[in-house]
Amino acid sequence: MSGNLVSARVWKFGDNINTDLMLPGDVHMATEEVQASRVFSANRPGWLAEMTPGDIIIGGKNYGTGSSRPASRSLRNIGIACVIADSVNSLFFRNCVNFGLLALECPGVSDLFTEEGQICEISLDNFTVRNKTTGKILNAQKVPANLLALMRGGGIYPVLEKEGFIAPMKARPAEAAAGH
Amino acid sequence: MGMTMTEKILARTSGAKTVSPGEIVVVDVDTCVFIDNSFFPVYWREMLKLANPDKIVVVFDHRVPASDRAAAAAHVVGRAFVKQFGIKRFHDVGRDVGISHVVVSDRAYALPGTVLVCADSHTCSGGAFNCAARGVGAPDMIYTGVTGKTWFRVGETVRYDITGKLNAGVTTKDVFLHIANAFGEHANQNVEFGGPGLQHLSINARRTIATMGAEISADFAIFEADDAVIDYVKSRNPAPFEPANPDADAVYKYRRELALNEMEPLVALPDAVLNNSVPVGKVAGEKIDQAFIGSCANGTLDDFSIAARVLNGRRVAEGVRLLITPGSQEIYREAVRAGYVQILVDAGAIVTNATCGACGGGHLGVLGPGETCITASTRNFKGRMGDPTARIYMGSPATVAASAIAGVITHPGEFTKEALV
Ligand code: SF4
Repeated sequence: MSGNLVSARVWKFGDNINTDLMLPGDVHMATEEVQASRVFSANRPGWLAEMTPGDIIIGGKNYGTGSSRPASRSLRNIGIACVIADSVNSLFFRNCVNFGLLALECPGVSDLFTEEGQICEISLDNFTVRNKTTGKILNAQKVPANLLALMRGGGIYPVLEKEGFIAPMKARPAEAAAGH
Repeated sequence: MGMTMTEKILARTSGAKTVSPGEIVVVDVDTCVFIDNSFFPVYWREMLKLANPDKIVVVFDHRVPASDRAAAAAHVVGRAFVKQFGIKRFHDVGRDVGISHVVVSDRAYALPGTVLVCADSHTCSGGAFNCAARGVGAPDMIYTGVTGKTWFRVGETVRYDITGKLNAGVTTKDVFLHIANAFGEHANQNVEFGGPGLQHLSINARRTIATMGAEISADFAIFEADDAVIDYVKSRNPAPFEPANPDADAVYKYRRELALNEMEPLVALPDAVLNNSVPVGKVAGEKIDQAFIGSCANGTLDDFSIAARVLNGRRVAEGVRLLITPGSQEIYREAVRAGYVQILVDAGAIVTNATCGACGGGHLGVLGPGETCITASTRNFKGRMGDPTARIYMGSPATVAASAIAGVITHPGEFTKEALV
């Protein structure tokens, strides 16, 4: 992602996609790498092999309902550029701010994209979402500048570290291998 | 313009005169509850200072006693954190342990009119006490620990006016399933409860509804502070508080009546809670392998009492496992004193120690491939309690107990004709 324009192909998911689906309970306490390898394994096995970093997820209503687990971190770690949904669950939204994943609420977006693989273009200057394939465009809800900066800047840990509130991350062998 | 309960609390704690939907507010947090999950390496970040250790509570709950080596290691990290900062409110494995939201209730840590956060989605449980309590992310907890603050986006509020009284065999779990079925998700909305029917609902019965607020994706799920709440809190926590009841001209997105006398036992079908329930009769006869009563929503003394009344003098069906997990050791002790545990174990139930246990699929009752479970807990998502091919129905503790006796999903009216709440 560079500048204030994001353009990529979309994957469509439905209403009420819960965080257990993005981060299954049996790897809840595993390393980030293991967690990332199980995204949507229960509801859409094989999807991880098909998607490529930079892709966009389009959700329906109440995207990210469920537990407070860091499902957004797994999506960030597999390289999802942005989640756009008709509505985003507020706890999931917080974790997008916390872990640095771009998330936008855009009522109607699940109908704007009629098929997977269509190209979505997001402008973060005026918060518009365009289906490049059909040319149709919708307004997303504006994200306040401070939250947007956290979403795009790696979340809140780097900030807390810089301010001397938390210790630097200790390298853990398994996670070092995950490359983040 | 008047304010709702949620708006009043957020205004007071953010230092604003008023707040309204859409605003982002930065609030002072009164209580910040860390759970054992927070201390696993994949979540923990070492805090170098704390804004105020007296506002911190630490409860080990999801994996107690340590269910494996990773949990044991997390508990070691948690104990060191408690020691380092001299945290007084620490609930380690032992006499005072329990599910965090239940311990918060037992000790009345969620004071009326205040803000409480915890890295667990069912924190909204504290709303039963007129507290703006909600689940946040693990990083939010670290942020609150070191700064004493957090942020919220103020949502619109849906008001539920409770009227009437529950009929025999019906519990507030059924009331919740009705809300989830009839009105679906409440994403980015607060739900608030009050009205004349409140007086007929015990604190525990209210807590089941407030806790399940997470399942309709409500931001906050707050009850009015009536005398029952105020007496309960005062008898358990000497700290001063000021309840926040709604203004008469508060603005609501919707205002709906919940007539308790119209409620009936419902069951949520596998994989989803929202818009997915049917009257018990529609699925009666479905064979089950496991029945579970527990969790932060249904591990209360009321739930033990309900299960004991249904199971008294009866037996769990051959081939069915009935697991009952108290929400806290305090509840466990009371359930023993009241004789409920004796009745339940005589009937063939396994009564475990207080923990999240089977609810989160972590330990003490994980489901195997192709199994069917009926649960009185919080969630029936695919894979939630174990193998993703397991099917999880969700109902009231009365329905679960009745089903355990029959070995198939069964209407509680088959075994009890009395008012349960
Ligand atoms: S009992 Fe279940 S829902 Fe409640 S905190 Fe524990 S795992 Fe979460």
